[in-house]
Amino acid sequence: MNAPVASLPLLHVADLSLEFRTRSGTVFALENIAFSLNKGEMLGIVGESGSGKSVLAYSMLGISDGAARVTAGTAMFGGADLLKASEHELREIRGREVSMIFQSPRTALNPIRKVGHQIEDVLKRHAAVRGVDLRERAIDCLKRVRIPDPARRYDAYPFELSGGMCQRILIALALACQPSLLIADEPTTGLDVTTQAAIMELLSSLAAEQNMASILITHDLALAAQYCDRIAVMHAGHLIECGPAEEVLNAPHHPYTRRLIASTPHTAPSIAAMSPIPGNLPDLRRSDLPPCRYAGRCERFEAACNAAPLPEFAITPHHTVRCWNAE
Amino acid sequence: MKMILKRLLLALPNLIGVIIVTFVLTRALPGDPAAYFAGAAATPEAVEQVRVKLGLDRPLPEQFLHYVVDLAHGDWGSSLATGQKVTTEIAARLPASLELTLCGLLLAVSIALPLGVLAATRPNSWADHGVRVLTTMGVSLPTFFTGLLLVYIFYYKLGWAASPNGRLDAFVTSPPTVTGFYLIDSLLIGDLAVFWATLKQLILPTVTMALFVLAPLARMTRASMLGVLSSDFVRTARASGLTPGTVLYTYALRNALLPVLTTMGMVFSFLLGSNVLVEKVFAWPGIGSFAIESLVASDYAPVQGFVLSMALLYVVLNLLIDLAYTWLDPRVSLDG
Amino acid sequence: MNTKHLRYVLKENPITAVAFSVFSLFVLMAIFGPLIAPFDPLDSNAGPALSPPTWHNPFGTDSFGRDILSRVIVATRLDFGIALAAVLLSFVIGSAFGCAAGFWGGWFDRISSRLADTIMAFPLFVLAMGVVAALGNTVGNVIYATALINLPFYLRVARAESNVRREAGFVEAARLAGNHDLRILAVHIFPNILPPMMVQVSLNMGWAILNAAGLSFIGLGVRPPMPEWGIMVAEGASYIISGEWWVALFPGAVLMLAVFCFNLLGDGLRDLIDPRRRT
Repeated sequence: MNAPVASLPLLHVADLSLEFRTRSGTVFALENIAFSLNKGEMLGIVGESGSGKSVLAYSMLGISDGAARVTAGTAMFGGADLLKASEHELREIRGREVSMIFQSPRTALNPIRKVGHQIEDVLKRHAAVRGVDLRERAIDCLKRVRIPDPARRYDAYPFELSGGMCQRILIALALACQPSLLIADEPTTGLDVTTQAAIMELLSSLAAEQNMASILITHDLALAAQYCDRIAVMHAGHLIECGPAEEVLNAPHHPYTRRLIASTPHTAPSIAAMSPIPGNLPDLRRSDLPPCRYAGRCERFEAACNAAPLPEFAITPHHTVRCWNAE
Repeated sequence: MKMILKRLLLALPNLIGVIIVTFVLTRALPGDPAAYFAGAAATPEAVEQVRVKLGLDRPLPEQFLHYVVDLAHGDWGSSLATGQKVTTEIAARLPASLELTLCGLLLAVSIALPLGVLAATRPNSWADHGVRVLTTMGVSLPTFFTGLLLVYIFYYKLGWAASPNGRLDAFVTSPPTVTGFYLIDSLLIGDLAVFWATLKQLILPTVTMALFVLAPLARMTRASMLGVLSSDFVRTARASGLTPGTVLYTYALRNALLPVLTTMGMVFSFLLGSNVLVEKVFAWPGIGSFAIESLVASDYAPVQGFVLSMALLYVVLNLLIDLAYTWLDPRVSLDG
Repeated sequence: MNTKHLRYVLKENPITAVAFSVFSLFVLMAIFGPLIAPFDPLDSNAGPALSPPTWHNPFGTDSFGRDILSRVIVATRLDFGIALAAVLLSFVIGSAFGCAAGFWGGWFDRISSRLADTIMAFPLFVLAMGVVAALGNTVGNVIYATALINLPFYLRVARAESNVRREAGFVEAARLAGNHDLRILAVHIFPNILPPMMVQVSLNMGWAILNAAGLSFIGLGVRPPMPEWGIMVAEGASYIISGEWWVALFPGAVLMLAVFCFNLLGDGLRDLIDPRRRT
C-alpha cells in the first residue's frame, strides 16, 4: 500500500448530486458526493445495500438508468467533466480510458457469442486492431488474466465456463485497451472464497503492473481492508467518511463507520459481540430529508445535527468526515 | 448432421399423431364412409366396390395399416369431381399456396421485426404506442374481411390493384414450370412482363396474409427486445463503449430473436389457416380453394388430402424452426 | 375483489372500461336480438334489394331485400352462442384433464400431453375444417371442432398452474387433514387456478368467434338463410367488386369489433390479475 501521491488526482469528484424521477416521486439518490482518486491508487467504496455505491459508479460512466438526472457537481477526469460529456464523447472514454466490471459475471457476458469474439469487439472498437492480429491480441488479453489454455478458451461460450473464469474474461475485456481507471462493482460477490481471493489478487497485481487506478465497490469491509489504499464510506447517498484505509478502519471518526466496523465478523471477537446497526436506511423519496441522513439511527444525535447542511471536516488533509460530532 | 437426425426423430411422434388423426377423420364419417367416397350418385354396387377397395369391411388395425401403406405409395384417393388422383391435384396446386404463404411471411417479418425493435428502443414514443395498438387490433382482424376491404379500397375505389381473380391476369400466360413459383420461374427465363404481372396479382393477397401475423410477431419482438435491452450483458457492452449499432445488432437483436423464433410455430399455424380464407377471397388456385370446392361438392378424399398435406407441411416447418433454433443458440444441447 | 376495487381498476384502465361497456352491449344484443331488431331478419321485403344505407335501412339491404342491420343484430346470438359453447366445452374438459395431469402426473399426464401435442401439430383452422368435414356440416359439429382446437390451451395452462400448486403448503395441509386427492383438486387447486384460466377464456372467446366466422365463411356450419356474421360476409363478398360494399362491410366490422372487445377485456383482465405479465 502506497502513501497517497501528491500530484494532480486522476479523478476528482465534487458536489455530485443525482436524483431519479419516478412515478412515485423523486429519489434523492446522491447528495454532495466529493472524493478524489490518484493514479495507481485503489479506492474502496463501502456501505450497506442501497447506499448509492453502484449509482455513483454508473454515473461516472454515464450508464445510469434513464430516469437518473445529475442535478449538480462535477467529475473531472483527464481535464474534462464526465458528467457533462456528450454520449459520443463518453463512448470514446468507456472501455478505453475508464472501464467497469460488474457482479454476476455469468450474466454479464453475451450468452450466444464466443468470449474471444467479445474481447475482439472491444479491441476492434478502441484499439483499431484488424485482421489476424485480432485473435492474437485477444488471446494475449486472456493470458494476462491468467486463464489456463487461453487459445482453447477463446472459442468457449460463457455457459461453458465457471463464475470465476467468467469474471476473468470480464476483467480481460475491461483491461483490453489498458484504461487508466477501472471501476469494479462487487466483482467477487457470489464467488466462493478461494475464487474471491484469486480474483482480488489478479485485480491488484494488474493494477500495479499498469499503474492503473481502481475503485472497488463492496459491502465487504474485510476485502476493502485487505486491498484498498483508501476507503470511502457511503450511507444513504452521502459519502460520510473518506481517508487512508488504515486510518478509517483503525480510527474511524464517523459514528456510522464505527458501527459498520463493529458489525463485521472479522473484527468482532465473537458473534455475540457483533452489534447490528439499528434502524433502516431512510426513504430517499421524502422531500423533507434531514441534512444528515444518519441522524435517525445515530447515538450521538443532537438537535443541532438537523440544523444546517453538513459540511466536510478534514481530520487530516487526506481524511475527511461529514459529521458534526466526529471524534 | 447428427443434430438434424436427432431433431427428425423428435418430430416423429407428431408425424405419427397426424397420420392417426387423419385416419380417424377418414373413418369417422357418419353413416357409411364407403357411400361418402363413392359419391351421391353411386349405385349400391359401386358403393360395395369402394368399400372393398378401401378395405372398409376389415377390422380397424388392418384398415390403419392399409391406410398407411396407401399414403406411402401416394394413393390418397381420387377426386370425384375431377377424376384425378388427389396427390396429382395437390401437387399441381401446392406451389400456388406456398408462393402466397411465403410471400406473406416475408412481408410480415420485414415489417414486424423493425417495428418491434423500434418500439423497444424508443419506449413511449409514437412508434411504441403504434405497435401496441397494432398488435391488439391485428389479432382481432378477420382475415377474410381485411382481404375484402383491401379489394374494395384498392381495386374498386382506387383502381390501383389488380382484380382479385387468381395468380395471373387472363391474358398473360404462365411461365414454364420449374419450381411452380411464378415469381421465380419468370425470372429464370428472364420474362419481366410475367414477373410484374405475377407481382401485381400477389400484392393484395400477400398484404392480407401479412396483416394477420404482423401483430404477434411485432408484439413478441418488442417484448423480447425490451427484455434483452435491460440485460446485464447489454450493460457490459455499453460500458465497454461499443457503438450503438454493435450493441443493438450483435448483442441485443441476436439474443432477442430467439424467443421470436419460437413464436414462429404459432405464426405458421395462423398463416396456413388464413391461407385457406385468402385463397377463397382472391380466387387463388391453391390447395385451400381446392379443399373448399371439394367440401361444397361433398367430395371427401380431396379434403382429407388437404388436411394431411397441410399437417405434413406444418410438421416440416416446425422441424425447420427447431433446427434453426438449435443452430442459433449454442446453449441448446442435442437432447434438449 | 369488492366493488370499490373494481371501480378503482376500471378508472385506472379506461380502455378496459370501454371494452367492458361494449361487451355488455353485445351481450344485450345477443339476449334481446330478435326483440330489438327493426325488421324480421328473414323478411325479404324490408327494403329494395341491394340498396345502400338509408334511414329506413341504416345498414342497407342485401340481394334478397333483407335488412342488414336486423340480420347483424340477430346474428350476435348465434356467433356468441357458438363461441361460448365451444369455449366452455374446451374449458371444462381442458381444465379437468389439465388439473389431473398436473396434479397426478404419470401416464395420465403423458397421454394428455401427447393429445395436446397432436392437436397442436396441425394448423388449427385446417384441423377444424377437417373435423367438420368428417363429422358433418352442422352447427353442432362446428362447436365441437372449435372446442377441440382450443383444448390444448386450457390443458396446458391448467396443467402448469396445478403442477405449481401441487407442492404448495395449503395442499400439504389439506392432505394431512385427511382430504383425499379428488377433494383437494376440486376444492383447493381448481379455485386457485381460476384467475389465469379466466384470462385464457376471455382471450379465447375472441379467437373462437373468429374461427367460427371463418368456418362459416367457407360454407361450413351455418347455412343460409340463418344470419351469422361470417356467412353474411361471404354473401357480400361477390358484391364488393361491383361496389355494393355495405353487404359485407357491416357484418365484418361488427365481427371485428366483437373480437377486438374480447381481446381488450382479456388484456385488461390479465393486467388486473398479474400486472407483471404486461407486454
